[in-house]
Amino acid sequence: MKRSASLEQSRKMTTILTYVVLVLGAIIMIFPFIWMILTSLKTVPESMKVPPSIFPNELVTGNFGDAMKSLPFLNLYLNTGLMVFFRVICAVVFSSMAGYAFAKLNFRGKNLLFGIVLVQMSLPSQIFIIPQYQMVAKMGMANTIFALVFPGLVSAFGVFFLRQTYMGIPTEIGEAAYLDGCNQWQTFYKVMFPLTGTSVAALTIFTAVFAYGDLMWPLVVNSDLTMMTLSSGLATLRGQFTTNFPVLMAGSLLAMLPMVILYMIFQRQFIEGIASTGGK
Amino acid sequence: MKKGMKLSVAARREENWGWIMVAPTIIGLIVLNLWPFVQTLYTSFCEHLGFGHYKFIGLGNYIEIFQTPEFWKATWNTIYFCILTVPVGLFLALLVAMLLNAKIKGKGIFRTIFFLPMVCAPAAVTMVWRWIFNAEYGILNQMFGTHVNWITDSKVVMIACAIVAIWSNIGYDAVLLLAGLQNISKSYYEAANIDGATKVTQFFQITLPMVSPTLFVVMIMRLMSAVKVYDLIYMMVEETNPAVTSVQSLMYLFYRESFIAGSRGTGSAIVIWTVLLIGAITVLQFIGQKKWVNYDV
Repeated sequence: MKRSASLEQSRKMTTILTYVVLVLGAIIMIFPFIWMILTSLKTVPESMKVPPSIFPNELVTGNFGDAMKSLPFLNLYLNTGLMVFFRVICAVVFSSMAGYAFAKLNFRGKNLLFGIVLVQMSLPSQIFIIPQYQMVAKMGMANTIFALVFPGLVSAFGVFFLRQTYMGIPTEIGEAAYLDGCNQWQTFYKVMFPLTGTSVAALTIFTAVFAYGDLMWPLVVNSDLTMMTLSSGLATLRGQFTTNFPVLMAGSLLAMLPMVILYMIFQRQFIEGIASTGGK
Repeated sequence: MKKGMKLSVAARREENWGWIMVAPTIIGLIVLNLWPFVQTLYTSFCEHLGFGHYKFIGLGNYIEIFQTPEFWKATWNTIYFCILTVPVGLFLALLVAMLLNAKIKGKGIFRTIFFLPMVCAPAAVTMVWRWIFNAEYGILNQMFGTHVNWITDSKVVMIACAIVAIWSNIGYDAVLLLAGLQNISKSYYEAANIDGATKVTQFFQITLPMVSPTLFVVMIMRLMSAVKVYDLIYMMVEETNPAVTSVQSLMYLFYRESFIAGSRGTGSAIVIWTVLLIGAITVLQFIGQKKWVNYDV
C-alpha cells in the first residue's frame, strides 16, 4: 500500500519535472521573438539602456517606417510572393506528373532517368549555382522574377517524394479507371492526382518555406534592391544599420510576418507536412 | 496474336505517356543540374578570365587552395560546426521529443512553439540573435553581467553560431524523433515495469535502440545541412568583421571566392571539395551505423 503511494508520488514528480523543462525550453524558444517585438517598439537610446528596459517606455512605431523607407518592402513582399508561388506551382505540377510516371508507368529508360533525379538530390545545391548564374546572366534575365524562380523550375525532391506517394496508391484504382475508358493522362489527372492531396500540401509547404528562407541564390542573382527577396533584402539592411537595432528588429519582423501568419493558421499542416518530407 | 498486338499498342501508348510526363522534369534537371554539375567540375580545372571566359589550368585551383591556410581553416570551421551542433542538437531534440511523448497537456502548443524557428527565414532569426549577442547592449551579456564579444571574438563566435543553429533546428528534429518514439509499442515499457527496470535502463534498453533508425536519418540530414551551412554564418558575421576567417564555412568561402572575388575556378574547386567531404562523411556514417542502429525490430 505504502509502495504504491510512493510510486504515485514519484510519477507526480516526473510529470512536474516534465512541465518545468518543457516550459523552460519553450521560453528559450520564444524569447528571441518576444525580444524582437519589444526592441522594435523602442527608441534607439532606450534599446541601449544599461541595465536594459524590458518593456518599452512608450510604444514607438517609427522603426517600422524607417525600415520601410530603407527597404522597398512592398517590392520585397511581391518578389518573394511571386517566387514562392511559381516555385510551388512548378514543383507540384512537374513533380506530380513525373512522380506518377515513375511510380505507375512502364517505359524504357525509366531507371536511368530516375537515377538523374537521385543524383540531383544527393548533390548540394551550391554545386549548380555558378553555371546557373551564368545561364541567367547570358539570357539577360538577372534582376527578374524569372531569375528568382529559375533553380526551382523543377524539384528532384518533389519527384522523389510524390513517387513514393503514388507507389502507396493501389494500382487497381488506376486500372479500373483505365478500363472505364480513361487514357493514361486522364487516369492520372482525374483519378490519381486528387488522391495525393496531403502529399501535395506537404510539398507545397516544404517548397514555400525553403524558397522563402533561401539566401545565397537571391543574393547572387538579383542585386537591384527592388528585385530582392525578403531574405536578401534583410542582408542589405544589416549593412545599412549596424547599430540601430530597433530598425533591424522592425525589418526582421516585417520580413518574417507573412510566413509566421500562415504558420499560425495552418500549424498542423505545416508541422506534419514538413515532418513528412523529413530526411531532406 | 491479335491480343498480343493490342497489348503492345497499349504498352507503347503507356511508354509514350511515361516519356511525356517525365519530360519537363528530366529536361529541367539536365539543363539546371546535370549540365551545371559537369560545368562546375570542368570550371574547377580552369581559371576564370572574366565575362564567362575560361582557361584550362589542370589541377591549378586545387593546388592553390590546398596551399591556402584560409581554405584549411574554412574546412576545419565546417567540421567544427558539425561537431558543435549535431551531437548537442540531437541530444536536446531527443529530450524534447521524449518529454512531448509523455502524457501531458498542451502538447500542441509546445510543439508549435518549438517548431516556430523552422518557418522563419534564417536571415530574420539570425538578426535578432546578433542583437541578443551584442557585446555592449545585448541582453545576454547584461543578464549574466559578462562582457563576452560573442560576435567579434574569434574564439567564441563559432559557439554563438552553433547556439543559433541548435535553437533553429531543435523543433524540427524533435518532431521527426517524436514520430519515431510514437511507433514504439507501449507493451515493451509495461513488461520492463513489471521486471522492475529503472527509467534509465528503459531508456538505454528500449527507447534508444528502438528510435535509433529515426535518429540515424535525422543525424544524416543534420550533418548534411551542417556541412553546407552558409546563411546563418553569413548573417551573423559580415565580411568586414575581423572574426570572419575564424568562423567562415566552406560555403561562405565559396560564396566570397565565386561572387565577391570573382574567381569562379577557385570557387568551383571549393564546392567540389565540399562534395567530396560530404561523400566521406556519409560513407563513415553508414559504416558507423552498424555499431548502433538497430533495424531488427
